[in-house]
Amino acid sequence: MSAARQPIAAWASVSPALLWTLAFFAVPFAAMGVASLFPKGEAGLSLAHYTQFFTNPSYWRSLTNSLEVTLIVTAISVLLAYPFAWILAFGVPERWQRLALMLAVLPFWTSYVVRSYSWLLVLAEKGIINDSLLGIGLLSEPIQIANTRAATVIGFVHFFVMLLTLTIFANLKQLSPNYRKAAADLGAGPVRSFIHVILPLTLPGIMVGAFLTFVLAIGDYITPQILGGNNELLMPQLIMMQIGRRGDFAGASALSIILMLVVTLAYFLCARWLKIERA
Amino acid sequence: MTRIISTLYAAAIYGFIFLPVAVLVLFSFQGTLFPIPPFNGPSLRWYTAVLNDARLTDGLVNSLLVAIATSALATLLGFLSAWGFARFHLPASALLRGFITLPLTVSYLIIGMGLLIFFNWLGLPKSLMAAGIGHVVINLPLCFAIIYSQMGEHQANIERAARDLGAKEWQVLTLVTAPMLWPALFASFFLSMTFSWDEFVIAFLLTRFDTTLPVEIWNLLRAGLNPKTNAVGSLVFGVSIVLAIVFELVAFRKRPQ
Repeated sequence: MSAARQPIAAWASVSPALLWTLAFFAVPFAAMGVASLFPKGEAGLSLAHYTQFFTNPSYWRSLTNSLEVTLIVTAISVLLAYPFAWILAFGVPERWQRLALMLAVLPFWTSYVVRSYSWLLVLAEKGIINDSLLGIGLLSEPIQIANTRAATVIGFVHFFVMLLTLTIFANLKQLSPNYRKAAADLGAGPVRSFIHVILPLTLPGIMVGAFLTFVLAIGDYITPQILGGNNELLMPQLIMMQIGRRGDFAGASALSIILMLVVTLAYFLCARWLKIERA
Repeated sequence: MTRIISTLYAAAIYGFIFLPVAVLVLFSFQGTLFPIPPFNGPSLRWYTAVLNDARLTDGLVNSLLVAIATSALATLLGFLSAWGFARFHLPASALLRGFITLPLTVSYLIIGMGLLIFFNWLGLPKSLMAAGIGHVVINLPLCFAIIYSQMGEHQANIERAARDLGAKEWQVLTLVTAPMLWPALFASFFLSMTFSWDEFVIAFLLTRFDTTLPVEIWNLLRAGLNPKTNAVGSLVFGVSIVLAIVFELVAFRKRPQ
């Protein structure tokens, strides 16, 4: 059917979605951009909120904090999830795989706010970890984990290990077993076969998962706020603080746009590995 | 040897994954005031407290309402647009499709901020409706992508046959296309439900008095560690698992073909 025959049906079917995205995504985004240029208490247009970001050390610090935490989280999560997905894919009998995988992501179903809270129960001063370590005499005094960067990292890693296990598992399963057989026939041991054959073949999938981890972690407010506390601020915490305490929409807008630029930059840095359609 | 190491490793990861959930559920049955060791239970007092807390039960109802309404709308808009793009040659089609999926690449926090500022300018008050609009924004791209990927050529042939037999365009859509695509429609609706149900930051920014369950749970957190939070968290967990099992049974059931 050609556009000439059914132009009205065509536009009628696609325009509600287009208009929705325009009105409630594109226009608000533009509004945010405009708002960021009109700082509170200043007459007229000003880039103050953007220059402030580079001159005020605490603002700059929140970006480097965010980047550090996110990169640490991404690296640890990939390193933990890859062997786990491997064991699920090749070590678990076929008929149990579905169940093993479902169990591995079961805590996804806890509410997102509650998931961070439940780590607080584990890591708190009188929580399970301290209680058991003190109980068996490994510690003489409780260690502080809650309200530190370590707690934020643990909470994030918990979530992303589940996510990456799913994506890497899917990747490993779609590899033909012939690759491993061929490598073995040509004399490669398990280690060489892994490094030269399996790893390069699964790399695109890993990169997609790692990029997703990066994007979701760097924009998350709940995990650092509940587990990390206010000792060191990450970008989303700083953004929420602008609106919460100070009602400073312009400042919050500028920070949001900077955060988005960082994510976009990360995308272009990873773009050559993110050819999803080829994977 | 490798076998032992893999078993131990898998057990350790399972342990790590389940530890917080196990602690959450265990201490929801705590008999005393704090959800920390030693465990004094089991007691159902905190579950009673949750069910008697009007804010939490209202939040639950609000969350369900928002989740169902926004998922239905997102699925409908996604279905219509997917059908339009798949069946007609529209100018700049790839660009427009990219535009619809664009919100997928932006943090919820930024989408929420944008709407907050936009609604503020328009003078619209914070409300459940405002949060619902945001939830459609985040779920529409997902619904579109899922349904669009399932639009195949063989369905177009069946639609053509229906038209040749005299069906009007809306009849083709509702009586032919939608039933053929039901697994994709169901998956879109269900995924949107889970995302909306669990979404925090948009609801937090855009609602005030009437709000959703995640925001009410957040408010509860300000009081520190409290077995009531464990109880409500465990309840949500239980309900979600039941829903997931239903989804698994409905969507992946082997159908006679």
